[in-house]
Amino acid sequence: MAAHLKRRVYEEFSKTQVVQIPHEEAPAKKLRLSKPSKSAALHVDLCKATNSTDALQYLLHFARKPVEAESVEGVIRILLEHYYKETDISVRLKIASLLGLLSKTQGFGPDCIVDDAINALGNEKSHQVLAQLLDTLLVIGTQLPESPTIRQRLIEVACKHLSDTYFGVRNKCLQLLGCLGLVDAPLNKDGEGPGPLTGVVRDVQSIISDYFGDQDPRVRTAAIKAMLQLHERGMKIHQIIYEQACRLLSDDYEQVRSAAVQMVWVLSQLYPESIVPIPSSNEEIRLVDDAFGKISHMVSDGSWMVRVQAAKTLGSMLQVSPHFLEQTLDKKLMSDLRRKRTAHERAKELFASGEFSSGRKWADDAPKEKLDSNTVYLIASGACGAFVHGLEDEMFEVRIAAVEALCQLARSSASFAEKCLDFLVDMFNDEIEEVRLQSIHVLREISTHITLREDQLDTVLAVLEDKSRDIREALHELLCFTNVSTKECIQLALLELLKNLNKYPTDRNSVWKCLKFVGSRHPTLVLPLVSELLSTHPYFDTPEPDMDDPAYIAVLVLVFNAAKSCPTMPALFSDHTFRHYAYLRDSLSHLVPPLRLPGRKQVCGLDPVDSGSGSGSVESAQLFLQQSLNRVSTIQNLEAPGAQDLLDFTIRDLLRLGELQTELAGAADFCATYLRCQLLLMKALQEKLWNMAVPLCLKQNVTATAAAQQILEETYKLEFLYSGLDSRQVATIHHVRLQAKALQLVLTARTRQGLDPLLSSCEKFLQDVDSFQRLFLTELPHLQDSFVDKLLELMPRLSSSKPAELVKILQTTLRQSGLLQLKLPQQIHRATATIIEPTGESDNPLRFTSGLVVALDIDATLEHVQDPQSSVKVQVLYPDGQSHVIHPKPGDFRKPGPDRHRLITQVYLSHTAWTEPSQIEVRLLLAYSSSSSSSAAKEGWSDSVDGVPPPEAAVEGTIQFSKPVKVFIMPKPARR
Amino acid sequence: MPEINVTPLGAGQDVGRSCILVSIGGKNIMLDCGMHMGYNDDRRFPDFSYITQNGRLTEFLDCVIISHFHLDHCGALPYMSEMVGYDGPIYMTHPTKAICPILLEDFRKITVDKKGETNFFTSQMIKDCMKKVVPLNLHQTVQVDDELEIKAYYAGHVLGAAMVQIKVGSESVVYTGDYNMTPDRHLGAAWIDKCRPDILISESTYATTIRDSKRCRERDFLKKVHESIERGGKVLIPVFALGRAQELCILLETFWERMNLKAPIYFSTGLTEKANHYYKLFITWTNQKIRKTFVQRNMFEFKHIKPFDRSYADNPGPMVVFATPGMLHAGQSLQIFKKWAGNEKNMVIMPGYCVQGTIGHKILNGQRKLEMEGRATLEVKLQVEYMSFSAHADAKGIMQLIRMAEPRNMLLVHGEGAKMTFLKGKIEQEFSIDCYMPANGETATVSTNPSVPVDISLNLLKREMALGGPLPDPKKPRTMHGTLIMKENSLKLVSSEQALKELGLNEHQLRFTCRVQLQDPHSDSDTLHRIYTHLKSVLKGYTIQHLPDGTVMVESIVIKVSSSADDANTKVLLLSWSYQDEDLGSFLSTLLKKGLPSGLC
Repeated sequence: MAAHLKRRVYEEFSKTQVVQIPHEEAPAKKLRLSKPSKSAALHVDLCKATNSTDALQYLLHFARKPVEAESVEGVIRILLEHYYKETDISVRLKIASLLGLLSKTQGFGPDCIVDDAINALGNEKSHQVLAQLLDTLLVIGTQLPESPTIRQRLIEVACKHLSDTYFGVRNKCLQLLGCLGLVDAPLNKDGEGPGPLTGVVRDVQSIISDYFGDQDPRVRTAAIKAMLQLHERGMKIHQIIYEQACRLLSDDYEQVRSAAVQMVWVLSQLYPESIVPIPSSNEEIRLVDDAFGKISHMVSDGSWMVRVQAAKTLGSMLQVSPHFLEQTLDKKLMSDLRRKRTAHERAKELFASGEFSSGRKWADDAPKEKLDSNTVYLIASGACGAFVHGLEDEMFEVRIAAVEALCQLARSSASFAEKCLDFLVDMFNDEIEEVRLQSIHVLREISTHITLREDQLDTVLAVLEDKSRDIREALHELLCFTNVSTKECIQLALLELLKNLNKYPTDRNSVWKCLKFVGSRHPTLVLPLVSELLSTHPYFDTPEPDMDDPAYIAVLVLVFNAAKSCPTMPALFSDHTFRHYAYLRDSLSHLVPPLRLPGRKQVCGLDPVDSGSGSGSVESAQLFLQQSLNRVSTIQNLEAPGAQDLLDFTIRDLLRLGELQTELAGAADFCATYLRCQLLLMKALQEKLWNMAVPLCLKQNVTATAAAQQILEETYKLEFLYSGLDSRQVATIHHVRLQAKALQLVLTARTRQGLDPLLSSCEKFLQDVDSFQRLFLTELPHLQDSFVDKLLELMPRLSSSKPAELVKILQTTLRQSGLLQLKLPQQIHRATATIIEPTGESDNPLRFTSGLVVALDIDATLEHVQDPQSSVKVQVLYPDGQSHVIHPKPGDFRKPGPDRHRLITQVYLSHTAWTEPSQIEVRLLLAYSSSSSSSAAKEGWSDSVDGVPPPEAAVEGTIQFSKPVKVFIMPKPARR
Repeated sequence: MPEINVTPLGAGQDVGRSCILVSIGGKNIMLDCGMHMGYNDDRRFPDFSYITQNGRLTEFLDCVIISHFHLDHCGALPYMSEMVGYDGPIYMTHPTKAICPILLEDFRKITVDKKGETNFFTSQMIKDCMKKVVPLNLHQTVQVDDELEIKAYYAGHVLGAAMVQIKVGSESVVYTGDYNMTPDRHLGAAWIDKCRPDILISESTYATTIRDSKRCRERDFLKKVHESIERGGKVLIPVFALGRAQELCILLETFWERMNLKAPIYFSTGLTEKANHYYKLFITWTNQKIRKTFVQRNMFEFKHIKPFDRSYADNPGPMVVFATPGMLHAGQSLQIFKKWAGNEKNMVIMPGYCVQGTIGHKILNGQRKLEMEGRATLEVKLQVEYMSFSAHADAKGIMQLIRMAEPRNMLLVHGEGAKMTFLKGKIEQEFSIDCYMPANGETATVSTNPSVPVDISLNLLKREMALGGPLPDPKKPRTMHGTLIMKENSLKLVSSEQALKELGLNEHQLRFTCRVQLQDPHSDSDTLHRIYTHLKSVLKGYTIQHLPDGTVMVESIVIKVSSSADDANTKVLLLSWSYQDEDLGSFLSTLLKKGLPSGLC
């Protein structure tokens, strides 16, 4: 047998070589050398191996190197041949596993080894090797998804080995059935008569479910997993399984229980409405309710893994009936749920009578009345108190899972949200911060459904004193979305927020924003408080409060936002309030809404469009933006008279618009920046130097060079700082960049003597044009009549012409090309960063010993930054010009809301000794990587040789996107 | 039937003086050895004379197990071991072993030095007693002797509290000690695996209580303390020096830090220092939060909590004082209580259970005038609050533990009788297992059904396997033939041939023979043939042979025919079968007695 195989292998070799040689003449030799070498070497090795240890060593060594697809088959033949000869189990095991690995190789069709593997399976005695071979078959089977015959064979093999005594073999068989079992057809239908063992036609599911009762817990787990696998592959699990799965919930082994929870969940999602009987009574309930009750039970399981699993699962069972859902929050003893349906009244009475003491009062647990013990269950087998247990669990993983599940359920049921409120509020006092934070977030998410009572608000507000900034800010966020019931609540909230502001002045913005929403949500509740809040008096004038006091601003923000939808309120304002309104409306326009103030037109002084309703003003601003762009687009030629002025004005308008309309700030900024680029380009082209002779213009071209440089930088900002660009806009940006590069090239040509550097930069430019064409092939039709368009027309000429000629062409093209119109961007947001900490206000230098390090806490908010973990860096600039870029850890970024990130990190500073304290600058950088960016940046550096210094602190491939903050530091010389 | 006997010497339908005797598989074990808070006379300690009238206990007890360091579980230990006399091993966990002597010493001081009692154990006795202690680790199986093994599980309640599983052969008992199923600020929840003991002996302090979520409790507690402090009142919290006190300390400490409060918090008694030291050391026994954060800061290193000096009690201004003992029956807490009781601004918060007869119990029941020693009366004006902080499992927790351990029988101790009765009913109804609640001195007896392991010979097993399918099917029990040999304390199941060989016996065959008379006119051989065809038609699926020597064989049953001497028509059938074929043989004889059907040829 072995000899025969060997011959076959060699034959196969020669055959494949023969086939390949005629195909490719030249590289055939190469193939011939490399291909047999791999397998042949293996063969030689295996033959050399005198004992099994050696063979195993060779195989292990062999497994480390990848095998090319075309030699896989040969290798497999050799392995199989050796397999039949081998007597040692471990070697056979290794070979079997290698077979599996090899059949995963890309481009290799494993169908040819199915027979061999099955054959080997039949002769194998060792259980371990059997399991491994089945695993190999599993790999093969998954590699060949559309081959029903092989699949059928594999399934038969699996069924045959299911009765093996070794658990591993049964595991693998079940896995095989789970992965390959036929989704639609019953098992033996097309298998030409049933197998000898199975007398009746049985489908995969019933075979798998037989092993739910296996003696080995690992096999039981595997059986459930296989069933889940079937479900994932789209097979409809029969409802009969439900009962079996429920039994497994009380298994002795946690992995079985955990899998069973999943199984029960799957079934509850499949058959939510079918009716199941309750054992020990003749009533029936919906399956999803039954499953919910059973999984709830698992929340008090002995193993925390199961508890986490169960708690998580509960969250996704949204079809459960409301009265079941509410039981989960009920820890109080009550009659069994099922009875409750028939004897609803009695159960309610029982509950109300409170059979068990709460533990808050002494001796209130003296049994008041003897209850019919038939109706009272201590462990209610239903959902009773599942969440109460989950939220009190020992492991915070379970608690978090429970909080999340509560959130999911509460979002879909308003009444449940109302009920779980108390529990969530309680979680604000959890000992682990993560849990507290999570529960605050959850409460925010369900806040649409709920109204906080005063006592609840009290507990919520107590958390405002928390040390952790995350918690406080999450709470502010929560308050923004919360409804409260009475005016006392408003007062309470305001009071606590002001206390918070006093204690942590850095929370200023967050508190103001919070009050803005509180005000606009509860205008009617604020109204009765106005005079008190503004401390006005009907007869006496009160002193005017200090306008710079953050607390006073906070009150004003609350009042003004409430006044927006409460027209009677302004009548209560005193004179200075109106003045302050005007001031705040201008200085904090994002917090103070426009108000319609009677007879105060001159004060508010806003154009009628702006004083309209909020959405209207956004629309009108958008219209304005569009109009501005349209106006600009009338400029046909860059040299047209008045074009510069128009651009100037438009840029100014847009910038102001961005300040006024925060919704459109991104778009307006984007347009303004784009137009500035155009303006710069225009200015540079209109300089007189173009008319001068080359030698004369050495001095004057400084502005033009600077302009080119600036445009380049701006284009990078345009491309990477704004999110939500479509490809058309990106093309436009690249186009401007190309223009800037052309300008640079022309300028270099004019200033620099010598052909060599020019030659290389010309070449680079042509490459850039080429890559532009490749990148934006689809956008080219939109770029009619533009610089690129013209350039591409001339491309054949350009590539063959001399540098001087090229420069000349570029110059004329540049001057002739028109302004490319910008399509109005729809959803554009500018990435911004604000460093909150350090504030830069401290006069006390941070002292440390030179040569050692000092940690500086950085706290910054980032908005609209995609993937901040990889792109945001911190830069520290020392007074001597040294700069360090620090990459924050991914864990330092938090995500408090959509499109918002928070960076809280520490940077380490160090320097040699200074004589006196000095300031360092800290800022955030946004790193980008553009295909052409590196070369562009290099160009920038090399250009700096002739006079223009590189912009301060420019770092390759980064954009500064936060204002620098100055920190006073003082490295002292080390004392000896 | 083997039996397990459980006799509580203390804590039977009562709280305090826990001491339970268990005899299982011929071993006697004492579980806990505590004192009673409510008594100052002999009733304080368990009645050891129940075990033996006089003399030492060593020969009657195989081991003593202490579940945790509370005095009502270990207070009588030196008395028992040194004064009554016991030299065997005493088992307790490491933290219990460390903290227990501190408490015993304190107890001794109060009794001897303050009250001036004589005939009490001495410091040296405590030391000697502790020398007999063998420490236990969680989940470590300790062999007390060849047959008796014990294993400790985490119980929550206080640092080092353990539940113990006691096992002899296949019989086992689990004793819970005091335990807590909900985690608190410093300890985790009790946990046990599905060990299915024969008896689960559980405490039942809160048999009729289902407590609110612990978060509500904590919030209420903090709110009460905070309000009282803001009013300028003094707050007294009587605690047992160890256990609850640490939890409340952590709670207040974190609250003080969060709310930036300045009022001083004091902790009375010198043993706090020592005890806190152990709390810092045994971090592995605490809850998840403390275990995870102790690298940054050990939670037991308090910033706001300072040691108490007696003179502080008269200081003006608000303060919070933790004072021992917890039931206001003696010591510092009682002194402070007397001082503060007159002012309605002050508050006392009872954080736990109070035994009947203590002042704590009285004021909780609303008594406003107390009779003190020496006929003085004390008017109680201060506010009395009760916060259930004692870390005992509530009714639901007890049920949860039962569900976790799945015992065959339940036994309740450490609780009030009336409440126990209620819980007993619940347990019996919910789990349908027997539940016992013996009073002190009463014995509860549970008969067990231990499985007896028998060695089966491999050959026999294989033979049986070959007969019916490869895998044993747990759903279908199968009968098999074999011989059970009992020899020198070992049981063996072997095939009968092997048994004969081993025992050196000859095989005896037992055969039954039977004569049946039949009216048949045919000749003998014809009759035989007719019988043969008849049987063939009736017994399908059996091998029936017509042998040439004039017999019919059905399996191993031989049938012969002979004519009777007097009447040729009366045939006598001779049936003979072996003992193994009894069923078939008796069937055949009845069948043939009915005669042959006439239609046969």
